[in-house]
Parts: sequence; structure tokens; C-alpha cells
Amino acid sequence: MDTLASEHRETVRRIVGGLKGRPGPLIEVLHAIQAELGYVPPAAVPLVAAELNLSRAEVHGVVSFYHHFRSTPPGAHTVSVCRAESCQAMGAEALALHARQRLGVDFHQTTPDGRFSLEPVYCLGNCACSPAVMIDGRLHGRVTPERLDELLSDVDRKR
Amino acid sequence: MTFTVYVPRDAGALSLGAGEVAHAIAREATARGLELELIRNGSRGAYWLEPLVEVATARGRLAYGPVTVGDVPGLFDAGFLTGGAHPLSLGLTDAIPWLASQQRLTFARVGIVDPASVADYVVHGGYQGLRRALAMSPEAVVEAIIGSGLRGRGGAAFPTGIKWKTVLEQPAGQKYVTCNADEGDSGTFSDRMLMEGDPLSLIEGMTIAGIAVGATQGYIYLRAEYPHAHRALSAAIAAARQARYLGADVMGSGKRFDLEVRLGAGAYICGEETSMLESLEGRRGEVRVRPPLPAIKGLFGRPTIVNNVITLATVPTILHRGAEHYAGFGMGKSRGTLPIQLAGNIKRGGLVERAFGLTLRELLYDYGGGSASGRPLRAVQVGGPLGAYVPAAQFDTLVDYEALAGIGALLGHGGIVAFDDTVDMARMARYAMEFCAIESCGKCTPCRIGSTRGVEVIDRIIEGRETEGNVRRLEELCELMVQGSLCGLGGMAPFPVQSALRHFRGDFIARGRN
Repeated sequence: MDTLASEHRETVRRIVGGLKGRPGPLIEVLHAIQAELGYVPPAAVPLVAAELNLSRAEVHGVVSFYHHFRSTPPGAHTVSVCRAESCQAMGAEALALHARQRLGVDFHQTTPDGRFSLEPVYCLGNCACSPAVMIDGRLHGRVTPERLDELLSDVDRKR
Repeated sequence: MTFTVYVPRDAGALSLGAGEVAHAIAREATARGLELELIRNGSRGAYWLEPLVEVATARGRLAYGPVTVGDVPGLFDAGFLTGGAHPLSLGLTDAIPWLASQQRLTFARVGIVDPASVADYVVHGGYQGLRRALAMSPEAVVEAIIGSGLRGRGGAAFPTGIKWKTVLEQPAGQKYVTCNADEGDSGTFSDRMLMEGDPLSLIEGMTIAGIAVGATQGYIYLRAEYPHAHRALSAAIAAARQARYLGADVMGSGKRFDLEVRLGAGAYICGEETSMLESLEGRRGEVRVRPPLPAIKGLFGRPTIVNNVITLATVPTILHRGAEHYAGFGMGKSRGTLPIQLAGNIKRGGLVERAFGLTLRELLYDYGGGSASGRPLRAVQVGGPLGAYVPAAQFDTLVDYEALAGIGALLGHGGIVAFDDTVDMARMARYAMEFCAIESCGKCTPCRIGSTRGVEVIDRIIEGRETEGNVRRLEELCELMVQGSLCGLGGMAPFPVQSALRHFRGDFIARGRN
């Protein structure tokens, strides 16, 4: 298994140290690690387990159970396209196809240049303005393929 | 003089440009040397009018919308700050028929108040319910909730007061109030709107629950897909704590109650209450076998209330205005009002809070205005991804728990997703199984394996391979999942499939003939 870079090791230790007194802290810890590092490095799992007095299987089990936690670094920008029913009723399937073609990757993948990660999402709670897309935490409604192109070009200009 | 302007910070309004509009209004005002108080309210729920900008005038709040950045200079030229006429003018917000005809109890303040202001909340009737509750015995508070007829708005529709009574009757010791804010059903957004637009009503409702059953700590389990709601809730909790509505001495009563938001991590199953409790404890969200009920052995093994956002946010108005007032709305065993969400292919989508008893047709056409595409509506899915598809022939069904159950459908969390006549119901059935396969927690076999087999069988039907036999196999599989699954995910995922087979059989069978 890869070893964790020493600065990441410090980050993980600091995060766990700050949260481990709370009841049921594991998911909080994983959120905090992902917020800082962008993902939960597999090499962080044994460290988190040891600090929280859990087995590695328990920590890995939680990381792998939840769709939100990722084990690989994300692209510079994360594009989440809603694939649930309300958005489907307004053309989300065509939008998802367009997103895959435009970015040249499938869902759960990152473009080779590391610019974009494409993720599916099952409801963003914007169902009166379907179809919905979230880019880097910003929500967009009534997104047509053309509008998606504009939005992607806009964020791509920001390094 | 200072003009007061409202531009929503609701995530849905922001998704249509409300943030840019707010900036443009502030910039334009500065350029013109005008002084503005810009309040970032929640949404009124009329999403086809968002971004909906309001100005406070002597006549009341006047609305303009939908406003784009490009409209802003023209609005200033027209004198919109004092209610000047403009093509986007909608008149008095409260007189817009779509809003005026609603009966807003739970959503009474959403879109009206400043969500981050305790003072504004109190001016609009906030904390009257808690004040009353503190003057009552715990038993009397629970009796009021029972008397109101309030049923769980998350979807299961269990009588809220009965659940509270069970927790109250447990021996003293650590108890918890948890709020299920894992609103994962497609077509639903009422929890999100409420948490963004009037988070203090949820906080007050949870505080009342805590006082009623003797719980000192509450947790809001919020889905990670709702970052805007997370910010709004965090700000409101901090403000409530600062004003001593939360903490060691709630409103000077000597009683303790505090709250914390815990973020989910993208797992639909965590909307199931026992799975949510597992997740709150930091584990995989696998469902627990019941009994024991969470009310007896819930979070960290302690007696726990688990209620949905809308359920808890309705509690303050029940305590404030009385159980009879609330029970005076509605019909049969469905008392009170329901915030219904119109979504999907609908012209005027948004939030409609009305007493139980409207028909689907009234909602879809009178409020919704028919499809967004202009084509005929063919079906609606009511109650999220586990809810049945209802064909146009049944649009005269009343929206209440029992009437929908009577046609083999369910109300769930009150979301209605409309589809026009281009929808392929075999594909929607496939999606229902696919969604179940993606989101199954894996604990029981009918759900974990059945959903994957369901996708495969529907794929064969869509390809036209041995259609009759595969449809029969699919029906058997659905029955097995319904009967054999541990929780509602595997047990209800077949509902949309079965309803599609029942009402739209041609979409499955016809493929064999092509």
C-alpha cells in the first residue's frame, strides 16, 4: 500500500485529534479529510483506524459505502449531473450524454488533463428547475447542453 | 431614505441567477447613490418566477420576476424601489393567485423572513410555540401533537405524537431528538426550501420535541448534496444559541437543549430511519432490524425521536395556534396541510402548501399549468423513486394518504414528478431497479440481488427478447422484493415498476412485436 505523504499524515492526525472526542466521529473525520485533501487517500485509512481505535475494515467499509467519499484525487473542477426522475423528465439523459461527450470521460472519471471530474448525482433538490447540475458546489437549474458548455467554459477559464 | 429589497438566497433561485441579480442590484444602487437594505430571503416557492425580487412599499411587498441581470438597470429606471410599473411587475406578492390560494402553515414564513435573523423570526410569530410548550407539562405537549393529527411527513405517515409518547414514557436518562433531513427523493425539495428559508422553525420544533420528551441533544442529519441548507442551518443555530433559544437555559426555563448538524455522505438509504441512526453514529448506513424501535433504543442505544424536517417544522405552529386549529385543515385521517412539490415536466413548478384533499388534476393543471413542454401529461410519479406512477386517467385522485393508497400509490414526502407523452415507461421501470441497485445497503438479498436482476430482466424486455416470459419473471421478482426485503428501499422499489406494468403494459409488451 502507498504510504501517506508526511504533510498529509500531519493533516490527518490533526483532524482526527480535533474530532475524536465527539460521539460517532468517523464520518465527520472523513468529511474533514476530504474537505482538506479533496479525497480520502487509501493510505490514510490505517492511520484513521488506529487513531479512532477502529479496525481498518471498519474505516474502509465506511469510505466505500458512501458515494460522496472518493479514494482518488478529484479534478480541478467537479461536475455533478443529476440523473434522477425529475431531471429525466426534462432531458437529463441527453444532458448526461452531452456532458460525457464534451468532457470525453464517463461518470466517476476525471479528464486526463485533470481539469474535470464527472459525477452522477441522484437529486440536488432543484426539481422545479430541472435538469440540474452542480459545478464546484454551485447549483444550476434548467441546464440545456448549450448552457452546460457555457458553464464549463466559464469554470475552465479559472485555473 | 433606505429602500428594502428582497432577493432570495434559496438554492433553486440561485441556480437561476439570483446571486448575480443581487449583486447587480447592489451595484446599480451604489452607482445611483441610493441606499439599500438587501435582504436575502428564502424562496416563495414559485420557481417559474425566480429570481423573484421584492421591494417593501407602503402598500406591502411588491414582486418583480423573473429578473435577469440585464433587467436591473431598467427596473431602476422604472422606479421599482417605490413600486414603479415595469413589464416584470407582478403586483403585491401576496396577491399573486398561485400564492394567494395556498394555505401556508408550515411554510408561513418561508420567503418572507430573513432566515438568519432571530429578531425577524420572533416578529413573525416565531418562538410562540416554544413559549407555550415551556408553560405546559411534557404530557400536555405530547397530547397537543397527538390531537393535531400530525403524521410523519417524511413518507411513512406514522402519527408523530404517538412516537413522542413512546420516547416520553422511557425511563429518564439521555434521550435524543433527531431530524431526518436526508431528503433524497427526486421531485422533493420542501425540506431544502424550509431549511434555507426558515431554519428557525425547524430549530424551534426540535427544541419543543426535546422539552416534551426530556431530550437534551438534537441532531440534524443533513444530506451532503445540500450545501446551501447547511450554511443556512449553521448560521441559524449559532444565532439561536446566541439569543439563548438553544443551550443550557432555553428561554430562561432552566432546561437544556442543543443542536448539531451532521452531514450525510451521499447514500439514499440513510433516509431510512435506522440507517440514518447508523450513519449518525459514524458507521455504514445499513438498516437495523426492528424491533427495537428507535423510540426505545435509537441513537447510541438511547430513546430517540426520528422525525422529518417538515414534521418538526410544523410543531411550532401547532403549539402556537393550538392542535384544533391545525386539525381543522385536511380530510379523513390526513389532518392539516401538506407542502406539495410540483416537479419534472411542469410549467409552473414549485411548492404548494394546501390542506389535504386537492386532486392531482388541480395540482397539475390549476397550479402547475400542465407540462413545460406543451405536450400532454402522460403520467406522474408521486412520492419519490419508490412511489407509483399514476396515469392521466387517475388524475382525479385526491392527494391524501388513504386515497392514494386506495389506487396502489403512495404520497411519500409529497413530491409529484410530471412526465409528458414522450416518456418510455419501460425505461422508467428500469431506472427504478437501477436506482435500487445503486443505493441498496446490501444487507438483505432481495434488495441487493433482486434489483440487479430486475435491471437485467427489464433490459431483455426492452430488447424485445422473450417479452411475455420476462414480464412474468419481472412480476414475480417484484413480488419477492416487496415481501422479502428488510426495509422500504427493496420493499418499495418495485412499486414504480409494478405500476408501470399495470398502467402502461404496452410500453413493455409492444417491444416484442417490433
